[in-house]
Amino acid sequence: MSSPTGPSTRNTFLGMPAVPPRSPYGTGHLRGERAFPEAAQDELGNEQLRRNLGRATHSIRAKRLALTGELPDWEQLRDAGSAIKTDTMNRLPELLEQLEQKVTEHGGTVHWARDGVEANEIVARLVKNTGSDEVIKVKSMATQETGLNEHLASEGITAHETDLAELIVQLADDRPSHILVPAIHRNRDEIREIFLKEIPGIDPGLDTVPAHLAAAARAYLREKFMTTRVAVSGANFGIAETGTLSVVESEGNGRMCLTLPETLITVMGIEKVLPRFQDLEVFLQLLPRSSTGERMNPYTSMWTGVTPGDGPQDFHLVLLDNGRTAALADRIGREALHCIRCSACLNVCPVYERTGGHAYGSTYPGPIGAVLTPQLAGMHGAGDDPNSSLPYASSLCGACFDACPVKIDIPSLLVELRHQHTEESGSTAEGLAMKAAAAVMKRPKLFTAAQKAAGLGRVLAGRDGTLSRLPAPFDGWSDSRDTPAPPKQSFRSWLASPEGAATMRAAAAEGAPHTDDAPEAP
Amino acid sequence: MRIGLFATCLGDTLFPEAVKSTAVLLARLGHDVVFPPEQTCCGQMHVNTGYQREPVPLVRNFAEQFGDPSIEAVVMPSGSCAGSVRHQHEIVAERYGDAALRTGVAAVKAKTYELSEFLVDVLDAADVGAYFPHRVTYHPTCHSLRMLRVGEKPLRLLRAVDGIDLVELPEADACCGFGGTFAVKNAATSSAMLRDKMDHITGTGADVCTAGDSSCLMHIGGGLSRIRSGTRTLHLAQILAATRTSPHVLTEAAR
Repeated sequence: MSSPTGPSTRNTFLGMPAVPPRSPYGTGHLRGERAFPEAAQDELGNEQLRRNLGRATHSIRAKRLALTGELPDWEQLRDAGSAIKTDTMNRLPELLEQLEQKVTEHGGTVHWARDGVEANEIVARLVKNTGSDEVIKVKSMATQETGLNEHLASEGITAHETDLAELIVQLADDRPSHILVPAIHRNRDEIREIFLKEIPGIDPGLDTVPAHLAAAARAYLREKFMTTRVAVSGANFGIAETGTLSVVESEGNGRMCLTLPETLITVMGIEKVLPRFQDLEVFLQLLPRSSTGERMNPYTSMWTGVTPGDGPQDFHLVLLDNGRTAALADRIGREALHCIRCSACLNVCPVYERTGGHAYGSTYPGPIGAVLTPQLAGMHGAGDDPNSSLPYASSLCGACFDACPVKIDIPSLLVELRHQHTEESGSTAEGLAMKAAAAVMKRPKLFTAAQKAAGLGRVLAGRDGTLSRLPAPFDGWSDSRDTPAPPKQSFRSWLASPEGAATMRAAAAEGAPHTDDAPEAP
Repeated sequence: MRIGLFATCLGDTLFPEAVKSTAVLLARLGHDVVFPPEQTCCGQMHVNTGYQREPVPLVRNFAEQFGDPSIEAVVMPSGSCAGSVRHQHEIVAERYGDAALRTGVAAVKAKTYELSEFLVDVLDAADVGAYFPHRVTYHPTCHSLRMLRVGEKPLRLLRAVDGIDLVELPEADACCGFGGTFAVKNAATSSAMLRDKMDHITGTGADVCTAGDSSCLMHIGGGLSRIRSGTRTLHLAQILAATRTSPHVLTEAAR
């Protein structure tokens, strides 16, 4: 159960273990400004965005299906991934301490950040200690979550994103809309315009050929790689057994960030730890197939502490909580921490496909975001926190569950979060309606009476037997759907009528001669 | 076989033809169909909307109504209600119920089937003797598809229907956008999903779109009616119950 602590309050330590803190209200990017249904309106009205998204998700979806289908042991791999994650969550404190010990043994420094504010402060201090006023970054969901770039800017430090899509988003002063393809909502015409406007000294004759766009970004980034002395990275995995960190990526920008600078600062969510080095064999098969629909990601970088004369000589690992312990403390909710950020659930989600990533208001959009975001940042108050609309941003179709490489039961988690939300909301109009509905339905006589009353709805129906306008809160429904008028007779009254009885007798008589042929119950 | 018929609250109240067809079909196949008269609702709407305390009496009532050991199978013309009985009643009973409720829920769960599952898995009946000379496309509803994993079962039944012209629905496994209260809470997003589903349906040129859930059909049918598409929605049970002697007539009056 979440315990809302209200905007920007901190618990005073009184010597007793408290409910672990959520990500503080008003910091980072784990909360939008509007509830999902409102925020989705903008995206639903944006035809270009829907076309971009529809095309991209359909193509990744098809590639993923083809590549998971060719592995005979795909289901066993998913089971293995799920089991490793369950084991990891069950002994997270022990594994994190082991990771800290191994990183330290190999010459790295480990920092613990209770929330995004602390993580940002640690990173800013470390950068300042190097004397540099700029950093290069390889895509890190964790620092996107904490709003690190904005914090660094406020401290006079410029952060350059080096992932092509992140760069596009950063140059456009936009926010990512997809975990893996942050600029999925942009097409190449838009990207060309962004580059022309934002990259100094760019060829004004740049066209929209993808290779040319990539080359322009490459030239711009190469300069940053060669001159920047500090890098900030995320981590896909941290191996407790060896102290090894790993980043997988497609463009080589990660390899540049992880090897060229003098100082490397990695910010990793505490749930990204894996027990053993051998566990990588499972995840390095699950992740690329699920995310980009590739057999293997082009670049897998691994580093363990520091190696004299090779790569960064100063390595810091910032272990970020920011609500993860709170999620872990929830028996059901901890399953969401199994997420490996592959984005397979986004790519198959019919809601994400039509509303895009920004409607979710969080660094983590889509089905897993609708589960993870309220867990990390809470659902404050009685319902006006945008995060409390996220568990309802799903038709519970279950496509996400089928696609998830570590078998997170997202629909069940959404239903559970909805329950937690209604339990905390106290008395609402909807809650009263639900109580009233249950009160009628638990009394068969009342239910039958209500059915008869519903039959009166026929007088409201048009000549075609349908209702075309319904009152609030059902007006959104009736905007695009007719509703059938209740029939004259419910099933039960038909069955109890002479006509119903005669029909059933006749059907039974038809069946009777064949009784001997009819198969019996197993 | 003695079959307990669960009409579902929506079927009983708004779509009695689907339930009548289910009852007639099972009786015609030679089974003893009983209708526990105190039945009401499975509570799925409550659970899916985030309310797990409120449906406790509904879950209890369901377990009591169908708990009678002489009822060998509980059959319902709804994948989502069967999904609720199989996956959600346990959750509710674990959280707010007593030991008796947990036992009752487990006993009923074990004999609960959606119609197409029951026909194919239990009765092993692919051909139920139906006659339906119309062009039909089948929408596999999400809960049938992914909660119950009915897979090809409804299609096996449809393929065996005499006279039918069964046409494949493009992107069949995409959600129609209903999702219970989702269609009310996120009406605009739901409408966008519905539009694509309707485009795929009308693109097949089918006279009828069928499915195993009246709720999804209410959504799809409501949209098709609004755009005056001419394509009708009919529950799978209505097609399977149609015969040469008692055909399902495709007129408005037949609803």
